[in-house]
Amino acid sequence: MIEITGVTKYYGTYPVLKNCSTHVSKGEVVVVCGPSGSGKSTLIKCVNALEPIQQGSIKVDGIEVNDPATNLPDLRSRVGLVFQNFELFPHLSIEENIMIAQRIVLGRSESLARKQAMTLLDRVGMSGHAQKYPGQLSGGQQQRVAIARALAMNPKAMLFDEPTSALDPEMISEVLDVMTNLACEGMTMMVVTHEMGFARRVASRMIFIDQGEIVEDRPTEAFFTEGRNPRAEAFLSKILHH
Amino acid sequence: MSFWSWSGFFDYLVNPFILGGVLTTIWLTAVSLVFGLMLGLLIALMRRSKLGLVRSLGVFYVWLFRGTPLLVQLIVIYTALPQVGIRFSVVQAALIGLALNEAAYLAEIIRAGIQAVPDGQSRAARALGMTERQIMRHIVMPQAFKVIIPPLGNSVNGLLKTTSVTSVISMEELLRRTQVLIQEKFMVLELFAVAAFYYLLLTSVWDFVQRRIERDFGQSTAVASLTEKR
Repeated sequence: MIEITGVTKYYGTYPVLKNCSTHVSKGEVVVVCGPSGSGKSTLIKCVNALEPIQQGSIKVDGIEVNDPATNLPDLRSRVGLVFQNFELFPHLSIEENIMIAQRIVLGRSESLARKQAMTLLDRVGMSGHAQKYPGQLSGGQQQRVAIARALAMNPKAMLFDEPTSALDPEMISEVLDVMTNLACEGMTMMVVTHEMGFARRVASRMIFIDQGEIVEDRPTEAFFTEGRNPRAEAFLSKILHH
Repeated sequence: MSFWSWSGFFDYLVNPFILGGVLTTIWLTAVSLVFGLMLGLLIALMRRSKLGLVRSLGVFYVWLFRGTPLLVQLIVIYTALPQVGIRFSVVQAALIGLALNEAAYLAEIIRAGIQAVPDGQSRAARALGMTERQIMRHIVMPQAFKVIIPPLGNSVNGLLKTTSVTSVISMEELLRRTQVLIQEKFMVLELFAVAAFYYLLLTSVWDFVQRRIERDFGQSTAVASLTEKR
């Protein structure tokens, strides 16, 4: 579903990603972890072309992301992205937040868009909040709405960029629960997160990035039980034993 | 002759010639505001263009029209342009001058409003597949609008009074008509008092309208500011 081959990206002359290659198969959940500044968020943003790459190739569902001929809005509408800071639209109600892209990007009718919004709000446990505004919700609730908003486009894959990092601790599990359900339903997911409990339960593969390089890329069970690269070891010992 | 004639003041307060001038001031403000807003939006968007040349044109426009007095701009449009064969009527010249000048200031207000919307909002909209045009129209502008309202209201207040500058090219708005009557009747203080009264009335009414607009948008702005905090 997502094929990343030899991707190199610079910010000016500074290389943020160095020759990265990996893939996410249909229905697979891959967790990407690594120290801050390692390039993991950049990698995920490259997948739906929010960040351009200088070398290599990224294919989503067979479509080359970096090809100038690719219709980016069309591609992006088929890959959902959930941000660390939710980024709900504060001037629109919860329902409208989920409807707007369906209406203007996919051209769905108002009634169809609303129906879809209601179905998804129900799925993330937020159906009672349709008429509220983002500012009236807690962080965890906002993030669940953001997930519903991405799902409303019927994406073929979902990308998560540290979806729980901006949340108070007591709200993390409500978001992870929604993501776990999504994984169980067979959604293809690429998740940047430090939530190792979630990773162990849900991910089929683990990728560890450090200084722009993919250092580890292997099945979750092996990643957590077998010997690891020293850099991955050092990182994990920091986040698992604090 | 007394220093002040109340009867003169009240006579001119309801003088049809003066009231006509008040009406002219109102529509002059309204029309130049509408054109100024459209041009100002265009200039603001030009200043955010990816093309260097387009951006430079926007910067140049604002530099030129904010850097020279409106009085000079009006005189150039009305009395200097005919030298190169471009002729405008008084009304056209007044409207063009006011709109061009106002656009430069409004462009800066609109640009500041657009910049006040966090980049993450555009990124989120882009990730949902919206085009840059759709993002501007449905996501950025509605949020920028709330930031724009207070300085925009201020600008309208200024424009109501700035229209008086067009009297120098003999545009028959409130001030010009006041001066015409003064030359006939010599009731200088009474007539200027009448003009001041109407300017105060217009700005006061606008002040009231602006408060209403700000209040109506205030509620959703409060909600917006909550999400900014996080």
